[in-house]
Amino acid sequence: MSLLEIRNLSIHFVSHKQDIAAVNGVDLTIEKGKTMGLVGETGAGKTTTALGILNLIQKPQGRFLSGEIIYKGRDLLKLSEDEMRKVRGKEISMIFQDPMTALNPILPVGEQIAEVIRLHEKCSDAEAEKKSLQMLEMVGIRAERSGEYPHQFSGGMKQRVVIAIALACNPSFLIADEPTTALDVTIQAQVLEMMADLRNRFGTSMLLITHDLGIVAENCDDVAIMYAGEIIEIGTLERIFHNPKHPYTLGLFGSIPSLDKDEDRLHPIPGLMPDPAALPRGCKFHERCDRACEACSELIQELVEIEPGHKVRCHRVVKGEI
Amino acid sequence: MGELLRVEHLKKYFKTPGGMLHAVDDVSFSINKGETLGVVGESGCGKSTLGRVVLKLIDQTDGKIIYNGKDITNISKNENVELRKSMQIIFQDPYSSLNPRKKVSELIADPLKTFRMYNKEERQSRVYELMDMVGLSRRFADSYPHELDGGRRQRIGVARALSLDPEFIVCDEPVSALDVSIQAQILNLLQDLQEARNLTYIFVTHDLSVVRHISTDILVMYIGVMVEKCRAKELFKAPLHPYTKGLLSAIPVANIDHEKKRVVLQGELTSPIEPKNECRFAARCPYVTPKCREAMPELEEITPGHVVACHNVREINGL
Repeated sequence: MSLLEIRNLSIHFVSHKQDIAAVNGVDLTIEKGKTMGLVGETGAGKTTTALGILNLIQKPQGRFLSGEIIYKGRDLLKLSEDEMRKVRGKEISMIFQDPMTALNPILPVGEQIAEVIRLHEKCSDAEAEKKSLQMLEMVGIRAERSGEYPHQFSGGMKQRVVIAIALACNPSFLIADEPTTALDVTIQAQVLEMMADLRNRFGTSMLLITHDLGIVAENCDDVAIMYAGEIIEIGTLERIFHNPKHPYTLGLFGSIPSLDKDEDRLHPIPGLMPDPAALPRGCKFHERCDRACEACSELIQELVEIEPGHKVRCHRVVKGEI
Repeated sequence: MGELLRVEHLKKYFKTPGGMLHAVDDVSFSINKGETLGVVGESGCGKSTLGRVVLKLIDQTDGKIIYNGKDITNISKNENVELRKSMQIIFQDPYSSLNPRKKVSELIADPLKTFRMYNKEERQSRVYELMDMVGLSRRFADSYPHELDGGRRQRIGVARALSLDPEFIVCDEPVSALDVSIQAQILNLLQDLQEARNLTYIFVTHDLSVVRHISTDILVMYIGVMVEKCRAKELFKAPLHPYTKGLLSAIPVANIDHEKKRVVLQGELTSPIEPKNECRFAARCPYVTPKCREAMPELEEITPGHVVACHNVREINGL
């Protein structure tokens, strides 16, 4: 059963000088209890999509040109600001990339966790405080540290506090935006293990945004690859890793140095991501694609299912030419 | 090929209000011409400080640096300036290591001006030559750094490091700020340049798959000390130190058929300020014994070319 369904979402940032097409017609369905990995490079539109779900797009420059975000039968984009505030932090929570800036430096961490609880649950201050201590213990921080300030914690510990805040009201949907990018690899392993454990216990669904295919392989059920504001390939983890089809996805896999095979040189994707203020016509990837033909610069391809649980946006793949 | 650089018992301590911070504590290694030494470790382990001390950008506290057969540990300031021509550095962050008010051509010409090399016209043609070498289109010569993306900016950093035709370059996390497809482009460029000009690199990074790809040898650091050093492939095949084992098993692998044998290291890095005379990894080590708390382990050559600092290395690995 789907918990969250994004339909044809387009978000642009418009100024008097230019029109930046950050998200272009994204369709994404997240099933109950499942984790969807959203992968792409800087500027692909991953974070904008996530902020769009919570209606946190900077206005007036940021505009929803089209789309519906159906969560438990309601379209989140039609909710008033007051109704939306009841969703954020309670129904849908977000873990931000950088724990150094996501916390308030002048409030003790326990207080920051209790704040969310007081806001969303009908309970006394004492109960909120008690719950905040439980949350700290749950993410592996001793309850006596609740009176300490963010600067007294290390990066990994701060990210645990951010996770405690996000999970404090038992949300059914969690958005994690590069939750471990700022952390060292041994600390990353600790945090990811803890998140997986908590997700299993509470059955939380998650959208995990990352640029690291290794993290996707170990934490996700489904994968969506994003490029220039569009989803160019989407499917189950097994299909995307065993049978990647889109030339961009293949390029991403070719760019990662292997840990067990010896290669003389990597196979990077030539060129750069196009400027979102001036996207190319036709397929947005054709200028960097080594498989592009003439039609690629004209044809606008939809996502097409090429096998059960696997969709690709490339007309040459769909026609069986690649 | 001959040895280019040898470092013996190198130490760098910093004075802090809490006591001496042991950033680099007794590190020894040598690098052959044309090879790459990868230095890996987590934030705060002293890997960047090591690179800077080797280049004599900061003075060592103790130890010896021998470059091209010459002891450069205590050379004069003038000699140090001369040394710059053959020893260079590429910095981590292409966003903050370039002067935002200078054009690309000025940035690349800077080192040439400092050393009063070439006249004006020759300098311009040298700048174009360098831009071609690092794959930066000549049309960017009059652009400012903010007009370029991270990958192109890092190419400027590479061109600047190459401008004086050095034989040795410290690459301090040169691709960490870049996206993976751009990262692969820069790694290939560094390898091409190394082959064409017989360059020697120290490659400092926290990214283990990158370091395996580019290095001949790898040195693993943990809170200022060197815990293991050997050939790159051997390190990944048969890591001997418990920290290296934990570090390698923590890397998420982009392969869903990969068998997971993860040892999640508990705890975090302990403080490098006035560390106790015990194994620095003892607090997090799953194999810790009372011996580990009594003294720092010495570096020991376990198999030819494979050195490890661990009291229990034989017991742990069944050797």
